[in-house]
Amino acid sequence: MDTMRDRFVPVVSRLLDEDPRVAVVLAEIGAASLAEAQLRHPERVINVGIREQLLVGAGAGLALTGMRPVLHTFASFLVERPFEQVKLDLGHQGVGAVLVSAAASFDWPAGGLTHMAPGDVALLDTLDGWTVHVPGHPDEAETLLRHAVAAGDDKVYVRLSVQSNADALPVDGERFLPVREGRSGVVVAVGPMLDSVLDATEGLDVTVLYATTVRPFDATALRRATRTAGTDVVLVEPYLAGTSTAAANDALADVPHRVLGLGVARPELRRYGTVEEHLAAHGLDVRSLRERIDGFVRGGRAGTRG
Amino acid sequence: MTITAEHRPPYTHGDLHRLMGLMTGDEKHGPAATSTLDALWVLYDRVLRVGPERMGDPERDRFLLSKGHGPMAYYAVLAAKGFVPVEWLPAFGSYDSPLGHHPDRVLVPGAEIGSGSLGHGLPLAVGTALGLRAQGRTEPRVWVLVGDAELDEGSNHEAIAFAGPAGLDRLHTVVVDNSSASHARPGGIAARFEAAGWSTVTVDGRDHDALYAAFTAPHPGRPHAVVAQVEPKSA
Repeated sequence: MDTMRDRFVPVVSRLLDEDPRVAVVLAEIGAASLAEAQLRHPERVINVGIREQLLVGAGAGLALTGMRPVLHTFASFLVERPFEQVKLDLGHQGVGAVLVSAAASFDWPAGGLTHMAPGDVALLDTLDGWTVHVPGHPDEAETLLRHAVAAGDDKVYVRLSVQSNADALPVDGERFLPVREGRSGVVVAVGPMLDSVLDATEGLDVTVLYATTVRPFDATALRRATRTAGTDVVLVEPYLAGTSTAAANDALADVPHRVLGLGVARPELRRYGTVEEHLAAHGLDVRSLRERIDGFVRGGRAGTRG
Repeated sequence: MTITAEHRPPYTHGDLHRLMGLMTGDEKHGPAATSTLDALWVLYDRVLRVGPERMGDPERDRFLLSKGHGPMAYYAVLAAKGFVPVEWLPAFGSYDSPLGHHPDRVLVPGAEIGSGSLGHGLPLAVGTALGLRAQGRTEPRVWVLVGDAELDEGSNHEAIAFAGPAGLDRLHTVVVDNSSASHARPGGIAARFEAAGWSTVTVDGRDHDALYAAFTAPHPGRPHAVVAQVEPKSA
Protein backbone atom coordinates (compact mmCIF):
# COMPACT_ATOMS: atom_id res chain seq x y z
CA MET A 1 0.00 0.00 0.00
CA ASP A 2 1.28 3.46 -0.75
CA THR A 3 1.75 5.67 2.28
CA MET A 4 -0.08 8.90 2.98
CA ARG A 5 3.08 10.75 2.10
CA ASP A 6 3.29 8.89 -1.24
CA ARG A 7 -0.29 9.96 -1.91
CA PHE A 8 0.43 13.60 -1.09
CA VAL A 9 2.46 14.07 -4.28
CA PRO A 10 -0.15 13.07 -6.89
CA VAL A 11 -2.97 14.69 -4.93
CA VAL A 12 -1.27 18.04 -4.58
CA SER A 13 -0.09 17.85 -8.20
CA ARG A 14 -3.69 17.47 -9.34
CA LEU A 15 -4.77 20.30 -7.07
CA LEU A 16 -2.11 22.52 -8.67
CA ASP A 17 -3.54 21.62 -12.09
CA GLU A 18 -7.13 22.23 -11.02
CA ASP A 19 -6.85 25.41 -8.96
CA PRO A 20 -4.65 28.38 -9.88
CA ARG A 21 -4.83 29.64 -6.29
CA VAL A 22 -2.93 26.63 -4.97
CA ALA A 23 0.79 27.02 -4.26
CA VAL A 24 3.02 24.48 -2.54
CA VAL A 25 5.90 25.67 -0.39
CA LEU A 26 8.65 23.30 0.71
CA ALA A 27 11.78 23.56 2.81
CA GLU A 28 13.87 21.05 0.88
CA ILE A 29 12.07 17.98 2.25
CA GLY A 30 9.88 16.54 -0.51
CA ALA A 31 11.35 18.80 -3.18
CA ALA A 32 12.59 15.91 -5.30
CA SER A 33 9.21 14.21 -5.30
CA LEU A 34 7.51 17.39 -6.52
CA ALA A 35 10.10 18.19 -9.21
CA GLU A 36 7.75 17.14 -11.98
CA ALA A 37 4.92 19.30 -10.63
CA GLN A 38 7.37 22.17 -10.34
CA LEU A 39 8.20 21.88 -14.06
CA ARG A 40 4.51 22.23 -14.89
CA HIS A 41 3.91 25.03 -12.36
CA PRO A 42 7.25 26.73 -11.76
CA GLU A 43 5.75 29.74 -10.01
CA ARG A 44 3.55 27.69 -7.70
CA VAL A 45 5.89 24.98 -6.42
CA ILE A 46 8.38 26.88 -4.29
CA ASN A 47 11.32 25.36 -2.46
CA VAL A 48 12.73 27.96 -0.07
CA GLY A 49 15.60 25.73 1.06
CA ILE A 50 16.24 24.60 4.62
CA ARG A 51 14.56 27.71 6.00
CA GLU A 52 11.49 26.94 8.05
CA GLN A 53 10.83 30.44 9.31
CA LEU A 54 10.72 31.50 5.66
CA LEU A 55 8.55 28.47 4.80
CA VAL A 56 5.75 29.75 7.00
CA GLY A 57 6.41 33.47 6.48
CA ALA A 58 6.45 33.17 2.71
CA GLY A 59 3.41 30.93 2.86
CA ALA A 60 1.57 33.64 4.77
CA GLY A 61 2.73 36.23 2.25
CA LEU A 62 1.27 34.09 -0.54
CA ALA A 63 -2.00 33.97 1.38
CA LEU A 64 -1.96 37.76 1.71
CA THR A 65 -2.08 37.98 -2.09
CA GLY A 66 -5.05 35.63 -2.26
CA MET A 67 -3.27 32.34 -2.94
CA ARG A 68 -4.07 29.09 -1.12
CA PRO A 69 -0.69 27.94 0.21
CA VAL A 70 0.10 24.33 1.09
CA LEU A 71 3.17 24.16 3.34
CA HIS A 72 4.87 20.80 3.77
CA THR A 73 7.69 19.30 5.77
CA PHE A 74 8.16 17.07 8.81
CA ALA A 75 5.85 17.92 11.70
CA SER A 76 8.64 19.02 14.03
CA PHE A 77 10.01 21.45 11.45
CA LEU A 78 6.60 22.67 10.29
CA VAL A 79 4.84 23.37 13.58
CA GLU A 80 7.45 23.46 16.31
CA ARG A 81 10.49 25.14 14.83
CA PRO A 82 8.59 28.09 13.26
CA PHE A 83 5.81 28.25 15.81
CA GLU A 84 5.97 32.02 16.22
CA GLN A 85 5.47 32.31 12.47
CA VAL A 86 2.45 30.01 12.70
CA LYS A 87 1.08 32.15 15.53
CA LEU A 88 1.76 35.57 13.98
CA ASP A 89 2.20 35.28 10.23
CA LEU A 90 -0.98 33.24 9.88
CA GLY A 91 -3.17 33.84 12.93
CA HIS A 92 -2.28 37.42 13.80
CA GLN A 93 -2.24 38.52 10.17
CA GLY A 94 -5.67 36.97 9.71
CA VAL A 95 -4.75 34.67 6.83
CA GLY A 96 -4.71 30.93 6.51
CA ALA A 97 -2.80 28.07 4.95
CA VAL A 98 -2.86 24.28 4.78
CA LEU A 99 0.00 22.79 6.76
CA VAL A 100 0.68 19.17 5.79
CA SER A 101 3.14 17.27 7.91
CA ALA A 102 4.91 13.96 7.59
CA ALA A 103 6.91 11.98 10.19
CA ALA A 104 4.27 12.45 12.90
CA SER A 105 5.12 11.00 16.35
CA PHE A 106 7.61 8.24 15.54
CA ASP A 107 7.28 7.31 11.85
CA TRP A 108 11.09 7.15 11.69
CA PRO A 109 11.98 5.64 15.06
CA ALA A 110 15.69 5.47 14.29
CA GLY A 111 15.62 9.18 13.58
CA GLY A 112 15.12 10.03 17.22
CA LEU A 113 13.36 12.90 18.90
CA THR A 114 14.67 15.58 16.58
CA HIS A 115 12.37 14.19 13.87
CA MET A 116 9.40 13.46 16.14
CA ALA A 117 6.57 15.80 17.04
CA PRO A 118 4.08 14.12 19.35
CA GLY A 119 3.34 17.59 20.71
CA ASP A 120 2.26 19.14 17.42
CA VAL A 121 -1.50 19.03 17.90
CA ALA A 122 -1.24 20.13 21.53
CA LEU A 123 0.90 23.08 20.47
CA LEU A 124 -1.62 24.17 17.85
CA ASP A 125 -4.27 23.91 20.56
CA THR A 126 -2.81 27.04 22.13
CA LEU A 127 -3.98 28.95 19.05
CA ASP A 128 -7.47 29.77 17.86
CA GLY A 129 -9.23 28.65 14.73
CA TRP A 130 -7.22 25.64 13.57
CA THR A 131 -8.84 22.66 11.86
CA VAL A 132 -6.83 19.51 12.52
CA HIS A 133 -7.22 16.39 10.38
CA VAL A 134 -5.57 13.10 11.30
CA PRO A 135 -6.28 10.64 8.48
CA GLY A 136 -6.01 6.93 9.20
CA HIS A 137 -5.47 5.74 5.62
CA PRO A 138 -4.03 7.17 2.39
CA ASP A 139 -7.51 7.37 0.82
CA GLU A 140 -8.69 9.39 3.81
CA ALA A 141 -5.58 11.55 3.51
CA GLU A 142 -6.57 12.32 -0.06
CA THR A 143 -10.10 13.23 0.95
CA LEU A 144 -8.94 15.40 3.83
CA LEU A 145 -6.22 17.13 1.80
CA ARG A 146 -8.80 18.13 -0.79
CA HIS A 147 -11.18 19.23 1.93
CA ALA A 148 -8.45 21.32 3.52
CA VAL A 149 -7.40 23.07 0.33
CA ALA A 150 -11.05 23.81 -0.51
CA ALA A 151 -11.71 25.33 2.92
CA GLY A 152 -11.51 28.97 1.84
CA ASP A 153 -8.78 30.77 3.73
CA ASP A 154 -8.99 28.55 6.84
CA LYS A 155 -6.00 27.46 8.89
CA VAL A 156 -5.83 23.68 8.50
CA TYR A 157 -3.29 21.13 9.73
CA VAL A 158 -3.20 17.72 8.07
CA ARG A 159 -1.10 15.17 9.92
CA LEU A 160 0.17 12.41 7.65
CA SER A 161 1.77 9.24 8.98
CA VAL A 162 3.20 5.91 7.85
CA GLN A 163 0.85 4.32 10.36
CA SER A 164 -2.36 3.28 8.63
CA ASN A 165 -5.51 1.28 9.10
CA ALA A 166 -6.16 -1.56 6.64
CA ASP A 167 -9.17 0.11 5.09
CA ALA A 168 -10.42 3.65 4.56
CA LEU A 169 -13.71 4.89 5.94
CA PRO A 170 -15.95 7.56 4.38
CA VAL A 171 -14.66 10.54 6.35
CA ASP A 172 -16.25 13.97 5.83
CA GLY A 173 -13.71 16.34 7.33
CA GLU A 174 -15.97 17.24 10.25
CA ARG A 175 -17.65 14.53 12.26
CA PHE A 176 -16.69 11.49 14.28
CA LEU A 177 -17.95 8.25 12.70
CA PRO A 178 -19.63 5.69 14.95
CA VAL A 179 -17.98 2.40 14.09
CA ARG A 180 -19.24 0.16 16.88
CA GLU A 181 -22.00 0.46 19.45
CA GLY A 182 -21.89 -0.60 23.05
CA ARG A 183 -23.36 0.36 26.39
CA SER A 184 -20.42 0.56 28.79
CA GLY A 185 -18.13 3.28 27.66
CA VAL A 186 -17.08 5.34 24.65
CA VAL A 187 -13.70 5.00 22.98
CA VAL A 188 -12.64 7.69 20.54
CA ALA A 189 -10.03 6.25 18.17
CA VAL A 190 -8.08 8.89 16.27
CA GLY A 191 -6.75 8.25 12.78
CA PRO A 192 -4.33 5.34 12.47
CA MET A 193 -5.24 4.04 15.93
CA LEU A 194 -8.58 2.67 14.76
CA ASP A 195 -7.61 -0.88 13.80
CA SER A 196 -5.75 -1.40 17.07
CA VAL A 197 -8.65 0.03 19.05
CA LEU A 198 -11.17 -2.23 17.30
CA ASP A 199 -8.99 -5.28 17.97
CA ALA A 200 -8.42 -4.21 21.57
CA THR A 201 -12.11 -3.69 22.29
CA GLU A 202 -13.33 -6.89 20.66
CA GLY A 203 -15.87 -8.33 23.10
CA LEU A 204 -15.85 -5.24 25.32
CA ASP A 205 -19.21 -3.56 25.43
CA VAL A 206 -18.00 -0.15 24.29
CA THR A 207 -18.97 2.30 21.60
CA VAL A 208 -16.13 3.19 19.27
CA LEU A 209 -16.11 6.54 17.52
CA TYR A 210 -13.63 7.11 14.70
CA ALA A 211 -12.12 10.59 14.55
CA THR A 212 -10.10 11.85 11.60
CA THR A 213 -10.93 15.47 12.34
CA VAL A 214 -10.04 16.32 15.93
CA ARG A 215 -10.33 20.09 15.76
CA PRO A 216 -12.98 21.33 15.91
CA PHE A 217 -13.66 18.48 18.32
CA ASP A 218 -17.00 16.81 17.55
CA ALA A 219 -18.53 17.34 20.97
CA THR A 220 -21.99 16.64 19.60
CA ALA A 221 -21.00 13.13 18.52
CA LEU A 222 -19.35 12.42 21.85
CA ARG A 223 -22.36 13.61 23.83
CA ARG A 224 -24.69 11.59 21.61
CA ALA A 225 -22.61 8.47 22.14
CA THR A 226 -22.56 8.92 25.92
CA ARG A 227 -26.34 8.90 26.07
CA THR A 228 -26.39 5.19 25.29
CA ALA A 229 -22.90 4.14 26.33
CA GLY A 230 -22.39 6.20 29.47
CA THR A 231 -19.87 8.87 30.31
CA ASP A 232 -16.70 6.82 30.73
CA VAL A 233 -14.62 8.04 27.82
CA VAL A 234 -11.27 6.81 26.54
CA LEU A 235 -9.33 8.78 23.95
CA VAL A 236 -6.73 6.90 21.92
CA GLU A 237 -4.58 9.41 20.04
CA PRO A 238 -1.44 8.86 17.95
CA TYR A 239 0.18 11.95 19.44
CA LEU A 240 0.73 13.21 22.98
CA ALA A 241 -1.46 11.46 25.53
CA GLY A 242 -4.13 13.77 26.89
CA THR A 243 -4.12 16.15 23.91
CA SER A 244 -7.91 15.97 23.63
CA THR A 245 -8.76 15.30 27.27
CA ALA A 246 -9.75 18.94 27.85
CA ALA A 247 -11.94 18.92 24.74
CA ALA A 248 -13.71 15.77 25.92
CA ASN A 249 -14.14 17.25 29.39
CA ASP A 250 -15.58 20.45 27.92
CA ALA A 251 -18.02 18.40 25.85
CA LEU A 252 -19.28 16.68 29.00
CA ALA A 253 -18.92 19.55 31.44
CA ASP A 254 -22.50 19.45 32.61
CA VAL A 255 -22.58 15.73 33.46
CA PRO A 256 -20.45 13.56 35.75
CA HIS A 257 -17.88 11.92 33.55
CA ARG A 258 -14.47 10.26 33.45
CA VAL A 259 -11.92 10.68 30.70
CA LEU A 260 -8.79 8.61 30.10
CA GLY A 261 -6.42 10.12 27.55
CA LEU A 262 -4.12 7.54 25.93
CA GLY A 263 -1.39 8.39 23.49
CA VAL A 264 2.32 9.02 23.25
CA ALA A 265 4.02 9.37 26.62
CA ARG A 266 5.95 12.53 27.37
CA PRO A 267 9.40 11.22 28.36
CA GLU A 268 11.83 10.83 25.49
CA LEU A 269 12.32 7.11 24.83
CA ARG A 270 15.79 7.34 23.34
CA ARG A 271 15.10 4.08 21.51
CA TYR A 272 15.23 3.26 17.82
CA GLY A 273 13.84 0.15 16.07
CA THR A 274 10.35 -0.08 14.61
CA VAL A 275 7.02 1.71 14.78
CA GLU A 276 5.50 -1.40 16.39
CA GLU A 277 8.14 -1.32 19.13
CA HIS A 278 7.33 2.32 19.83
CA LEU A 279 3.61 1.69 19.90
CA ALA A 280 4.24 -1.03 22.49
CA ALA A 281 6.55 1.20 24.49
CA HIS A 282 3.80 3.81 24.72
CA GLY A 283 1.15 1.25 25.66
CA LEU A 284 -0.60 1.66 22.33
CA ASP A 285 -0.29 -1.90 21.04
CA VAL A 286 -3.44 -4.02 21.02
CA ARG A 287 -2.68 -5.92 24.21
CA SER A 288 -1.85 -2.81 26.22
CA LEU A 289 -4.85 -0.93 24.88
CA ARG A 290 -7.16 -3.75 25.88
CA GLU A 291 -5.76 -3.83 29.40
CA ARG A 292 -5.95 -0.07 29.86
CA ILE A 293 -9.38 0.43 28.31
CA ASP A 294 -10.91 -2.56 30.08
CA GLY A 295 -9.39 -1.56 33.41
CA PHE A 296 -10.69 2.00 33.09
CA VAL A 297 -14.19 1.00 32.10
CA ARG A 298 -14.40 -1.64 34.84
CA GLY A 299 -13.28 0.97 37.35
CA GLY A 300 -16.20 3.14 36.32
CA ARG A 301 -18.68 0.35 36.64
CA ALA A 302 -17.41 -0.57 40.07
CA GLY A 303 -18.25 2.98 41.11
CA THR A 304 -15.04 3.43 43.12
CA ARG A 305 -14.89 6.57 45.19
CA GLY A 306 -11.12 6.73 44.78
CA MET B 1 9.00 57.80 -11.82
CA THR B 2 6.36 60.21 -10.63
CA ILE B 3 2.84 59.82 -9.40
CA THR B 4 0.07 61.99 -10.76
CA ALA B 5 -2.05 62.87 -7.76
CA GLU B 6 -5.73 62.47 -8.51
CA HIS B 7 -6.59 64.26 -5.31
CA ARG B 8 -4.19 66.48 -3.41
CA PRO B 9 -3.83 65.50 0.25
CA PRO B 10 -4.28 68.36 2.71
CA TYR B 11 -1.11 67.50 4.70
CA THR B 12 2.53 68.01 3.84
CA HIS B 13 5.77 66.80 5.36
CA GLY B 14 5.74 69.85 7.60
CA ASP B 15 2.54 68.65 9.24
CA LEU B 16 3.93 65.28 10.26
CA HIS B 17 5.53 66.34 13.55
CA ARG B 18 2.28 67.88 14.70
CA LEU B 19 0.39 64.72 13.73
CA MET B 20 2.93 62.58 15.57
CA GLY B 21 2.59 64.81 18.59
CA LEU B 22 -1.07 63.80 18.87
CA MET B 23 0.03 60.28 19.79
CA THR B 24 1.41 59.99 23.29
CA GLY B 25 2.18 57.00 25.50
CA ASP B 26 4.99 55.33 23.55
CA GLU B 27 7.70 57.87 24.20
CA LYS B 28 10.25 55.07 24.73
CA HIS B 29 10.04 54.45 20.99
CA GLY B 30 10.03 58.09 19.97
CA PRO B 31 13.48 57.85 18.40
CA ALA B 32 12.49 54.68 16.58
CA ALA B 33 9.48 56.47 15.15
CA THR B 34 11.37 59.59 14.12
CA SER B 35 14.06 57.54 12.41
CA THR B 36 11.62 56.24 9.80
CA LEU B 37 9.77 59.49 9.15
CA ASP B 38 11.54 60.73 6.05
CA ALA B 39 11.84 57.35 4.36
CA LEU B 40 8.14 56.78 4.95
CA TRP B 41 7.19 60.21 3.67
CA VAL B 42 9.15 59.92 0.45
CA LEU B 43 7.70 56.47 -0.16
CA TYR B 44 4.09 57.42 0.45
CA ASP B 45 4.32 60.84 -1.16
CA ARG B 46 6.34 60.10 -4.28
CA VAL B 47 6.95 56.39 -4.86
CA LEU B 48 4.23 54.03 -3.71
CA ARG B 49 1.27 53.51 -6.03
CA VAL B 50 -1.21 53.22 -3.19
CA GLY B 51 -4.12 55.20 -1.86
CA PRO B 52 -7.14 54.96 0.41
CA GLU B 53 -9.33 54.57 -2.66
CA ARG B 54 -7.44 51.53 -3.88
CA MET B 55 -6.77 49.52 -0.74
CA GLY B 56 -8.40 46.46 -2.31
CA ASP B 57 -6.82 46.89 -5.73
CA PRO B 58 -4.71 43.81 -6.47
CA GLU B 59 -2.48 45.94 -8.72
CA ARG B 60 -1.48 48.34 -5.92
CA ASP B 61 2.05 48.46 -4.58
CA ARG B 62 2.47 46.80 -1.17
CA PHE B 63 4.29 48.51 1.70
CA LEU B 64 5.04 46.28 4.68
CA LEU B 65 6.23 47.95 7.89
CA SER B 66 8.35 45.28 9.54
CA LYS B 67 9.87 47.62 12.13
CA GLY B 68 6.60 47.79 14.04
CA HIS B 69 7.66 49.48 17.28
CA GLY B 70 7.32 53.22 17.54
CA PRO B 71 4.72 53.34 14.73
CA MET B 72 3.82 56.99 15.29
CA ALA B 73 5.55 58.18 12.12
CA TYR B 74 3.78 55.45 10.16
CA TYR B 75 0.38 56.37 11.57
CA ALA B 76 1.08 60.06 10.95
CA VAL B 77 1.91 59.33 7.32
CA LEU B 78 -1.16 57.11 6.94
CA ALA B 79 -3.28 59.91 8.42
CA ALA B 80 -1.65 62.51 6.19
CA LYS B 81 -2.44 60.39 3.15
CA GLY B 82 -6.04 59.73 4.14
CA PHE B 83 -5.90 56.06 5.08
CA VAL B 84 -6.50 56.70 8.77
CA PRO B 85 -8.73 59.48 10.17
CA VAL B 86 -6.69 62.12 11.99
CA GLU B 87 -9.33 61.97 14.74
CA TRP B 88 -8.07 58.50 15.66
CA LEU B 89 -4.57 59.68 16.59
CA PRO B 90 -5.13 61.11 20.09
CA ALA B 91 -6.61 57.80 21.36
CA PHE B 92 -3.47 55.89 20.25
CA GLY B 93 -2.94 52.89 22.51
CA SER B 94 -6.27 53.06 24.33
CA TYR B 95 -8.50 50.03 24.73
CA ASP B 96 -10.87 50.75 21.86
CA SER B 97 -8.34 52.37 19.57
CA PRO B 98 -7.46 50.65 16.29
CA LEU B 99 -3.98 52.16 16.67
CA GLY B 100 -1.82 50.01 18.92
CA HIS B 101 1.80 50.50 19.86
CA HIS B 102 2.40 47.94 17.12
CA PRO B 103 0.19 48.08 14.01
CA ASP B 104 -2.43 45.39 13.39
CA ARG B 105 -3.41 44.94 9.75
CA VAL B 106 -6.87 43.83 10.78
CA LEU B 107 -7.45 47.15 12.55
CA VAL B 108 -5.43 49.77 10.65
CA PRO B 109 -6.72 50.77 7.21
CA GLY B 110 -3.85 50.74 4.76
CA ALA B 111 -1.59 48.47 6.82
CA GLU B 112 -0.60 45.47 4.70
CA ILE B 113 0.78 43.58 7.70
CA GLY B 114 0.72 43.73 11.44
CA SER B 115 4.11 43.85 13.08
CA GLY B 116 5.83 44.12 16.44
CA SER B 117 7.89 40.97 16.57
CA LEU B 118 10.99 41.75 14.55
CA GLY B 119 12.05 39.77 11.54
CA HIS B 120 8.64 38.80 10.21
CA GLY B 121 8.17 41.43 7.51
CA LEU B 122 10.85 40.31 5.07
CA PRO B 123 9.63 36.72 4.83
CA LEU B 124 6.08 38.01 4.45
CA ALA B 125 7.30 40.33 1.71
CA VAL B 126 9.03 37.46 -0.07
CA GLY B 127 5.77 35.52 -0.01
CA THR B 128 3.87 38.56 -1.23
CA ALA B 129 6.26 38.96 -4.14
CA LEU B 130 5.99 35.25 -4.96
CA GLY B 131 2.20 35.40 -4.82
CA LEU B 132 1.95 38.39 -7.12
CA ARG B 133 4.35 36.77 -9.56
CA ALA B 134 2.42 33.50 -9.50
CA GLN B 135 -0.73 35.38 -10.46
CA GLY B 136 0.99 37.12 -13.35
CA ARG B 137 0.87 40.50 -11.62
CA THR B 138 4.16 41.96 -12.80
CA GLU B 139 3.43 45.62 -12.02
CA PRO B 140 3.00 45.88 -8.26
CA ARG B 141 6.12 46.49 -6.24
CA VAL B 142 6.60 45.10 -2.75
CA TRP B 143 8.38 47.25 -0.16
CA VAL B 144 9.40 46.28 3.35
CA LEU B 145 10.94 48.59 5.94
CA VAL B 146 13.22 47.09 8.57
CA GLY B 147 15.54 48.54 11.21
CA ASP B 148 19.28 47.93 11.48
CA ALA B 149 18.99 46.19 14.84
CA GLU B 150 16.04 44.20 13.52
CA LEU B 151 18.52 42.59 11.12
CA ASP B 152 19.93 40.70 14.09
CA GLU B 153 16.96 38.36 13.66
CA GLY B 154 17.92 35.30 11.62
CA SER B 155 14.57 35.09 9.88
CA ASN B 156 15.50 38.15 7.84
CA HIS B 157 18.52 36.35 6.48
CA GLU B 158 16.51 33.36 5.31
CA ALA B 159 14.47 35.80 3.24
CA ILE B 160 17.45 37.80 2.00
CA ALA B 161 19.33 34.64 0.98
CA PHE B 162 16.35 33.29 -0.90
CA ALA B 163 15.24 36.47 -2.66
CA GLY B 164 18.48 37.13 -4.52
CA PRO B 165 18.85 33.81 -6.30
CA ALA B 166 15.09 33.70 -6.83
CA GLY B 167 15.37 36.96 -8.77
CA LEU B 168 12.49 38.66 -6.94
CA ASP B 169 12.97 41.95 -8.77
CA ARG B 170 9.69 43.47 -7.53
CA LEU B 171 10.95 43.21 -3.92
CA HIS B 172 12.50 46.24 -2.22
CA THR B 173 13.84 46.54 1.31
CA VAL B 174 14.48 49.83 3.10
CA VAL B 175 16.79 49.48 6.07
CA VAL B 176 16.54 52.47 8.39
CA ASP B 177 19.91 52.48 10.04
CA ASN B 178 20.08 54.51 13.24
CA SER B 179 22.99 52.48 14.63
CA SER B 180 20.77 50.66 17.10
CA ALA B 181 22.47 47.29 16.85
CA SER B 182 24.52 46.34 19.90
CA HIS B 183 27.00 44.25 17.99
CA ALA B 184 29.35 45.09 15.16
CA ARG B 185 28.35 44.00 11.70
CA PRO B 186 31.69 43.65 9.90
CA GLY B 187 31.33 44.77 6.30
CA GLY B 188 28.16 46.69 7.00
CA ILE B 189 24.54 46.14 6.14
CA ALA B 190 24.53 46.63 2.38
CA ALA B 191 27.24 43.99 1.94
CA ARG B 192 24.98 41.33 3.33
CA PHE B 193 22.33 42.08 0.75
CA GLU B 194 24.93 42.29 -2.00
CA ALA B 195 26.36 38.91 -1.04
CA ALA B 196 22.91 37.45 -1.56
CA GLY B 197 22.64 38.95 -5.03
CA TRP B 198 20.61 42.10 -4.29
CA SER B 199 21.12 45.53 -5.80
CA THR B 200 21.96 48.00 -2.99
CA VAL B 201 22.27 51.73 -2.38
CA THR B 202 23.26 53.52 0.84
CA VAL B 203 21.93 57.05 1.36
CA ASP B 204 21.29 59.81 3.86
CA GLY B 205 17.92 58.89 5.35
CA ARG B 206 16.94 62.56 5.82
CA ASP B 207 17.66 63.71 2.26
CA HIS B 208 14.37 63.40 0.40
CA ASP B 209 15.79 63.72 -3.09
CA ALA B 210 18.55 61.21 -2.35
CA LEU B 211 15.98 58.82 -0.91
CA TYR B 212 13.80 59.20 -3.97
CA ALA B 213 16.72 58.52 -6.30
CA ALA B 214 17.75 55.47 -4.25
CA PHE B 215 14.21 54.12 -4.14
CA THR B 216 13.71 54.47 -7.88
CA ALA B 217 17.14 53.39 -9.11
CA PRO B 218 16.72 50.62 -11.70
CA HIS B 219 17.72 47.12 -10.63
CA PRO B 220 16.83 44.73 -13.44
CA GLY B 221 16.52 41.10 -12.42
CA ARG B 222 17.42 41.63 -8.77
CA PRO B 223 15.67 42.66 -5.56
CA HIS B 224 16.75 46.08 -4.28
CA ALA B 225 17.84 47.25 -0.85
CA VAL B 226 18.21 50.86 0.27
CA VAL B 227 20.12 51.50 3.48
CA ALA B 228 18.86 54.83 4.78
CA GLN B 229 21.27 56.18 7.39
CA VAL B 230 20.02 58.56 10.03
CA GLU B 231 21.49 59.96 13.21
CA PRO B 232 22.30 57.28 15.80
CA LYS B 233 19.47 56.49 18.19
CA SER B 234 21.58 57.28 21.19
CA ALA B 235 23.08 60.49 19.81
